[in-house]
Amino acid sequence: MSTAAQTQSPNCPTVPLSSLDELWFQVAGTRCNLECSHCFISCSPHNDKFGYLSLKTVRRYLDESVEQGVREYYFTGGEPFLNKEMVSILEAALEYGPATVLTNATVFKREWIERLRAAEDASTFCLEFRVSIDGPNSETNDPIRGEGTFERAVRGVGMLVEEGFLPIITMTRVWDDGDDQRVLAEFRSILAEHGYTRPRLKILPRLKIGAEAERTEGYGQFERITHEMMEDFDVSDLVCNHSRVVTDKGVAVCPILLDTPAAILSETLADSKRDFPLAYGACFTCYQFGAICTNPTSKPMEK
Amino acid sequence: MKIGFFGGIYNNYLALEAAITDATARGAERLYCLGDLGAFGPHPDRVFPLLDEHNISCVQGNYDNSIGNDLQDCQCGYTDPRDNEFAQISYEYTYENTSQANRDWMRQLPPEIRFEVYGTRVLLCHGSPRKTNEFLWESATSTHFLNRLADEAEADLILGTHTGIHWQRELSGGRRFVNVGVLGRPENDGATNVWYTLIDFDWSGQGGTELGEYSVEFVPLAYDHERLAREMRDENLPDEFVETVLTGWWTTCLEVLPGKERRTGRF
Ligand code: SF4
Ligand code: SF4
Ligand SMILES: [Fe+2]
Repeated sequence: MSTAAQTQSPNCPTVPLSSLDELWFQVAGTRCNLECSHCFISCSPHNDKFGYLSLKTVRRYLDESVEQGVREYYFTGGEPFLNKEMVSILEAALEYGPATVLTNATVFKREWIERLRAAEDASTFCLEFRVSIDGPNSETNDPIRGEGTFERAVRGVGMLVEEGFLPIITMTRVWDDGDDQRVLAEFRSILAEHGYTRPRLKILPRLKIGAEAERTEGYGQFERITHEMMEDFDVSDLVCNHSRVVTDKGVAVCPILLDTPAAILSETLADSKRDFPLAYGACFTCYQFGAICTNPTSKPMEK
Repeated sequence: MKIGFFGGIYNNYLALEAAITDATARGAERLYCLGDLGAFGPHPDRVFPLLDEHNISCVQGNYDNSIGNDLQDCQCGYTDPRDNEFAQISYEYTYENTSQANRDWMRQLPPEIRFEVYGTRVLLCHGSPRKTNEFLWESATSTHFLNRLADEAEADLILGTHTGIHWQRELSGGRRFVNVGVLGRPENDGATNVWYTLIDFDWSGQGGTELGEYSVEFVPLAYDHERLAREMRDENLPDEFVETVLTGWWTTCLEVLPGKERRTGRF
């Protein structure tokens, strides 16, 4: 973990939880079959800082989310599909509301995807898959995500498409901003070869914490949010203004800052509804790029 | 008493004209529009005289807020470059072809309209009661979230539009959310008709209940879509938009659709 992410400035702005719209579940804790160099919470097969959530725990929070009026649910890790109860967890979530699962798509079993498709068909609500791939070929992706991972992820995407899902492919920008169009075009053609002819593609900015801080340079000393920066800023751009994340250690402020002990707020959702200081380097990226992790339901209005 | 509710018009004055005639013939005594008068279609200024002539009260949509306040874009919040490019074409066309007087009028439209019918507290908004440009899709909105919105808004019947596809959900305590659909373009289902909503409020007064009852009817509406397509071509609007009018399939601004709604479309 980078020391920059831990340093707190004494007098920083705070953000209230205005409305608990999205509830995240750290279902696989920090366990992942991969060990990507840019992973913002340094997940790996050996990182057991955060553990799996059981179906029972997830259900308890789904129940509490009803009285809180949560709009939708997100499932992340690590790799959610390392959790043995993952399919049942998503089936349960679809009884409550829309669900999105963030996955690397490298460990799917056909039978799971079939069950999930049936669950979505039986539900009013949508099940979204967000698959992270870092570049349109093994040459760009594999040095970051590991040998052979491009091919495996694209096959995983193919399986989702065969079962009728339209996964959202997210790419962390590991190339120059000016190359976006070229990269997207290359992506479209490779996905079409795997049967995905109308792909939903989304480019994410890099978060310079965790393993990513070691890969690049981390946040500079002065990349912090100040009070002046908060004037005329719409706080609803920040995930912590409308989300919380359930971990095996309690309810945390956002899915990004898990490495920071102060991010764990409480045992229940009700008690997690308090202001949080924007004292961390990652907060600066959120400030610049907005709620990059969620599905779009609206941008701030100007007037 | 029957009331007609129109969603986004998107410059489609031909559909608006047809909807007024249709709703009136079905007995609607009052008509409302839930905002987004401009976008997509041709000849923005042809919408306003119809609204005026038929006393149609309007909520301010995100489009009306943008055009009225001389903003740079429609505030739909697309991030996909292709979606943004097309959204910008309609936005600039609409802005340039809307008179100053109509822009001023849009600026002062209210973000919500409230009234009570036989004890039912009705709230008209554009996206959601709390935010003009919030997309409430059927598959992406939990019921307890809508209950919370209804609690916060202190309303029994919430009507919205903005997504372009009609749907409704029963909420706790006999309350209800209804997306009234849009007149501006078809619903991405391969049919060329558009949709509006008629609600029949009834005062039964029986059984000692305090509230009246109401029934919601989604009305499919045919209009001269071929003429609309011709006029759009004459105004040099993109072929992709014309295709939507003629086929009923959305070709642009698909990024905001949830997977479940997107799957049933063609693109
Ligand atoms: S970025 Fe995702 S796939 Fe890669 S190690 Fe982290 S959790 Fe696993
Ligand atoms: S990292 Fe982002 S979401 Fe998390 S507390 Fe900081 S600003 Fe909020
Ligand atoms: Fe709108």
